[in-house]
Amino acid sequence: MNMLQHLRPALVMMVLFTVVTGVVYPLVVTGVAQVALPYQANGSLLKDAHGQVVGSALIGQNFAGPGYLHPRPSAAGTNGYDATNSSGSNLGPMDKKLADRINGDAKTLNAESSAPIPADAVTTSGSGLDPDVTPANAARQIPRIAKARGMANDAVMAIIGRATEQPALGFIGQPHVNVLLVNRALDAVRPLPHRS
Amino acid sequence: MTWQGWAEIAFTLSVTIALGWPLGLYMARVWTGQKTWLDPVAHPIERGFYALCGVKPDEGQGWLGYASAFLMFSGAGFLLLYLILRVQGVLPLNPLHFAGMSPHLAFNTAISFVTNTNWQSYAGESTLSNLSQMAGLTVQNFASAAAGIAVAAALARAFAANRGEKLGNFWADLTRVTLYILLPISLVLAFVLLAQGIPQTLAASVDAKTLEGAKQTLVVGPVASQEIIKQLGTNGGGFFNANSAHPFENPNAWSNLIEEIVMNALAFGVFIAFGVVAFARKEARALVAAAAIIVSSAAALIYVNETLPTPALVHAQHVVATPNMEGKEVRFGAPSSSVWTAMTTGASDGGVNAMHESYTPLGGGIALFLIKLGEMTPGGVGSGLYGMVVMAIIAVFVAGLMVGRTPEYLGKKVEAREVKFAVLATLILPTALLGFAAIAAVLPEALKGLSANGPHGLTEILYAYGSAVGNNGSAFAGLTANAPWWDTTLGIAMGLGRFAYAIPVLAMAGSIAAKPKLAPTAGTLPTNGLQFVLLLLGVILILGGLQYFPPLALGPIVEHFQMLSANR
Amino acid sequence: MATATLAAPGGNSSAVSGTTLSGSIALSAARDAFRKLNPRHLASNPVILATEVVAALASISTVAAILSHQGWGFALQISLWLWATVLFANFAESIAEGRGKAAADALRATRVTTSAKLIVDPESGLTVPTPAHKLEVGQVVLVEAGDVIPADGEIVEGVASVNEAAITGESAPVIRESGGDRSAVTGGTTVVSDWLKIRVTAAEGASFLDRMIAMVEGANRRKTPNEIALAVLLAGLTLVFLIVVVTLVGLGKYAGVVVDPLVLGALFICLIPTTIGGLLSAVGIAGMDRLLKFNVLATSGRAVEAAGDVDTLLLDKTGTITFGNRMATEVIPAPGVSDQAAMRAAVMASLADETPEGRSIIDLARHAGVTGETPRGATVIPFSATTRLSGLEAEGQSWRKGAVDAVVRNLGLQPTQMPAELAAAVDRIARSGGTPLAVSEGDRLVGVIHLKDVVKPGVKERFADLRRMGVRTVMITGDNPVTAAAIASEAGVDDFLAEATPEDKLRMIREEQGKGRLVAMCGDGANDAPALAQADVGVAMQTGTQAAREAGNMVDLDSDPTKVIEIVEVGKQLLITRGALTTFSIANDVAKYFAIIPAIFVVGLPALGALNVMHLGSPQSAILSAIIFNALIIVALIPLALRGVKYRAIGAQKLLTRNLLIYGLGGVVAPFVGIKIIDLIVTTVHLA
Repeated sequence: MNMLQHLRPALVMMVLFTVVTGVVYPLVVTGVAQVALPYQANGSLLKDAHGQVVGSALIGQNFAGPGYLHPRPSAAGTNGYDATNSSGSNLGPMDKKLADRINGDAKTLNAESSAPIPADAVTTSGSGLDPDVTPANAARQIPRIAKARGMANDAVMAIIGRATEQPALGFIGQPHVNVLLVNRALDAVRPLPHRS
Repeated sequence: MTWQGWAEIAFTLSVTIALGWPLGLYMARVWTGQKTWLDPVAHPIERGFYALCGVKPDEGQGWLGYASAFLMFSGAGFLLLYLILRVQGVLPLNPLHFAGMSPHLAFNTAISFVTNTNWQSYAGESTLSNLSQMAGLTVQNFASAAAGIAVAAALARAFAANRGEKLGNFWADLTRVTLYILLPISLVLAFVLLAQGIPQTLAASVDAKTLEGAKQTLVVGPVASQEIIKQLGTNGGGFFNANSAHPFENPNAWSNLIEEIVMNALAFGVFIAFGVVAFARKEARALVAAAAIIVSSAAALIYVNETLPTPALVHAQHVVATPNMEGKEVRFGAPSSSVWTAMTTGASDGGVNAMHESYTPLGGGIALFLIKLGEMTPGGVGSGLYGMVVMAIIAVFVAGLMVGRTPEYLGKKVEAREVKFAVLATLILPTALLGFAAIAAVLPEALKGLSANGPHGLTEILYAYGSAVGNNGSAFAGLTANAPWWDTTLGIAMGLGRFAYAIPVLAMAGSIAAKPKLAPTAGTLPTNGLQFVLLLLGVILILGGLQYFPPLALGPIVEHFQMLSANR
Repeated sequence: MATATLAAPGGNSSAVSGTTLSGSIALSAARDAFRKLNPRHLASNPVILATEVVAALASISTVAAILSHQGWGFALQISLWLWATVLFANFAESIAEGRGKAAADALRATRVTTSAKLIVDPESGLTVPTPAHKLEVGQVVLVEAGDVIPADGEIVEGVASVNEAAITGESAPVIRESGGDRSAVTGGTTVVSDWLKIRVTAAEGASFLDRMIAMVEGANRRKTPNEIALAVLLAGLTLVFLIVVVTLVGLGKYAGVVVDPLVLGALFICLIPTTIGGLLSAVGIAGMDRLLKFNVLATSGRAVEAAGDVDTLLLDKTGTITFGNRMATEVIPAPGVSDQAAMRAAVMASLADETPEGRSIIDLARHAGVTGETPRGATVIPFSATTRLSGLEAEGQSWRKGAVDAVVRNLGLQPTQMPAELAAAVDRIARSGGTPLAVSEGDRLVGVIHLKDVVKPGVKERFADLRRMGVRTVMITGDNPVTAAAIASEAGVDDFLAEATPEDKLRMIREEQGKGRLVAMCGDGANDAPALAQADVGVAMQTGTQAAREAGNMVDLDSDPTKVIEIVEVGKQLLITRGALTTFSIANDVAKYFAIIPAIFVVGLPALGALNVMHLGSPQSAILSAIIFNALIIVALIPLALRGVKYRAIGAQKLLTRNLLIYGLGGVVAPFVGIKIIDLIVTTVHLA
């Protein structure tokens, strides 16, 4: 069998694939997406009153202040939540580095509250950009947030409740609280004292 | 473990397997060149392809011709992709001004995408231009998937033939599978995923000012169009480093469900289409059942293990020690992550929605075992089917003798030639995997890349080569694989896993096609019932177990026992 | 010709069968086992060759250990058991060969160096004494009473009775004559009376007897297709395990354990399929041997295997499905004649009839309590083709029996003048496929005899068995379709071919093969040769023509056509035994892993002790126990390999379930038990 007889089809076919699946297909999807679903197509961006992009509804970001709902620890980039460096910790369950980190985080969290710490509060996500925390994790932070903002616990809880998503159909996925949406709502309801 | 968790796992798998039927019946029409409702649009394009390539679609090829075409096409794809990756720095659509890849990384990446492995030694968002993602990787996501399905179609025709010699025309199969199956499904589902929040733009990044006043650069791009074919074609190469754990690749439970379904449904569909074309619908159902039982059991076992307490959590104060959330997204939790892991390692997809490296020893170990079984439950599109058929042939050969006849499968006698090629195909996996792994385990150059020591580090090595040889592409991602040793050996392993498997399979197909098609009698071993399913499972598990028991014992199994005692 | 009985085939003892496993065979097999250690002999068996290589390496390391004054007891034991494994495998093969050899020796003893009378001048019949081994194909020799036939040949002239006991074990001489279906003679047989002129058809060394001896001895035994396929699989598995074991060096080093090469060697031998590897050729030889027990000689192992695959079996009606002769089953009296009187008349008419049909009438009457004696001075009226009747005349009385119209005319009547009851009976008999004979006494028609082709007892059950095996039976007969259909339904065959000519047979075989079926048939006539050659399994009768014997790939020395059924079973048994041992061999590995892997690594990774589910005494005893089990299991399975796994006609699915449970599941469980027991012994007597 002569391999060369396949040379032309192989090369031409590859060019055709590149044109059809590599150029036409993504461009068609992009074109239609930009017209029909611009919000999603551009990254579900959230803007403040001045039109400044404050983040994406889908991408977690760092929150350190006591008045904000805190996200999970993140292994993306050196300081966490670096969206140009999505990554998990990739530490194995027996890794001493993991035990040390969790121990350290647990100490901080135990100082804040005596409530049991949910696993997600001391573990990093797979992407390092997890936008969510578990309802238990959020609930544990309510007293701290309420105190920092001078709000009633119930008011904070209500805001968290509105940002909580239940599993699809009741059993697909896990209930989760979107941190950025909660914090935006908190800022809208009761801006932090030190900010205007 | 919760009932919701079990319900989610059961629901995901049932819907996926059920969808295999309509997909398979449709695919069989495409394989056999029958009319479809896409004809008005696709047929003129199809004819254009043939005209430009100068091929006659009705001209059948023998196994050698078919295999040569397959190799040439893959070779052309490799060269083109290698070139793009090397020179992306001077090509357009590179807003972040990424430089070209190093030779070893470009070699690794090109072979990785051409072989449907999609192992990523790089992080997409910080390495690849939009042009490379689209015209380079997305193209191979289509091409390698279509080529795999084409080989499966050839095998199906071999079983259907009665003293024939032609396996079909590779170029026609490639074109039809792409234009009638992959492209239309991708077009539709890309928008469904888009609606869930996956970006699709030619822009590369957006700067945000966070509520606390920090700057966050959000990387975006033409993600949706690549995401769908990445799953549909069991490729698994993500736009982003974190793959489908990244919220932009997999924003919510619905996107997760869709991505899970498409990464297995089409592979199951290939089984069904094989049954239709080879006149063996019931037998194909048995293969589906065997694959379904393995992937379902694996999902359940992973779920059980991922809800075990882990030492780091157990020994931290006031921490709820379960589930094992390290490396998992909150929106997915243990159930979504477990079922995904089983499906992606059973399917040679390799996309991940949680980090396997951070799984419990047996949670990750089962994923590793599924990969080592050779990616056939249901495997990569096409490649899973032919892997399963090879196992069925070995099962029929060994056990079939026990009914007192020369073994036959789907009406074809299994004789020395078939056994030879089946053994050859199955031999290459352990040889490449264990061979490279054993060298890497003692090579300082290789050990530098490990992020863990002890059994976990060994698992990293085993997983890397398993993933490469099995054309899976997922990783114990702690491994720093972008180094000459890893890039090169993994690249070779990927090539062997793809071509040193598919070529013997095609040779076997050639020999099968030439045989007379025998009519079954009461004395023929039935290959369509529960009994055969159990037999096939036994052969897959025992043969797989026997090949990999020692390394598994030294990696995940011993780590499991260590973890149990550390939890005390 | 041997009597055809379905129930006890192969019952006749013959020169070649009837050998059993005797002490002397075992002794010479043991000697052979050592002779076969020659690697060149083992080259065709990669599994056992690999075992020998490892045994040799282990021995070297033992010697090295002794020389360097290190502990060597363990190494020595491992080496010895590895050698034992090889020897046991060789022993199994020798035992199987030994049984064949004994049979071959018996054959050889019958062969005497003969001097042939070569006819040099056909005109005058002048003969020249020539040594048999100098004869060439095509030469014609004269053989007279008392001579041993010097070579295989075709009779060109003469009729003689020949004693073929040397080949068939049957001492009654058979008639051989030129032309027709009985014209072939075999070298080594003896002419008892008269003379023959024979054209030599096989030169010395290629004769039937030579081929037979060679086959029996397994001298030019070639691997069958299925054996080759299995050997490929086993070689593949051996390679895989070689890789597993070799790579364990690197992986072990990573885990901080330096694995003793001796232990790795032991693990390798435990994992590779030594059980089936050691017994494979024994199984094949034993299969041929089992055929030989049925007095069937296969010209190749391939044919035996093909027999197991047969889908369609063509059987000649006469002699196979029915007794060769028609038999009387009832006598229907004419109106006004008593049963007794009609029966008596039938007996009287048959007293002088020496044909089987005639005797069957007398037998039938005896069962009914009616006997008769030939009156003194009786005149016998012989049967002739023109009168188509026979009978007896004495003391003014006469009895006749014969074709209905012939007897009726003999009485001076027209067939239409027959009593209505008798006419109806005649009609009924004809329609059922039987033959009606009329009986007359004096000038009176007294009754009708029903002659019937009687189906052999048990045939129907055998065909049902065959159907469950997946074998379709087709009856071939020269009868008209009505008769054929009646017998076919009585015998329970799946199909029949009536008024069959040899061309019809050939066409039918081709049709079946075209549908993807394997066809077996037996035949003896020269005109059967094309069909025998076309059939996948063609069983020629020893009594048949040379052409038929050449065309078939098996020869039945008893010339019993029902043997085909046994042949199919032997073929199936052969394949089943191979599959069962392979499955068992592979399934064994699970337990061996659980014994050896923790034993090797528990030093560096104590957590792996959890895998020591058998709680074996120590790492060394675990490894030793596994290797001992691995060696002993070969010996334990030799009887099974020789005897074969019993074939049961219970359908493929049930059969597989049964065998999977015994050899698959059993293969997983047995070594756990076996290794544990051996470990207890090894630990108790402090071997390790």
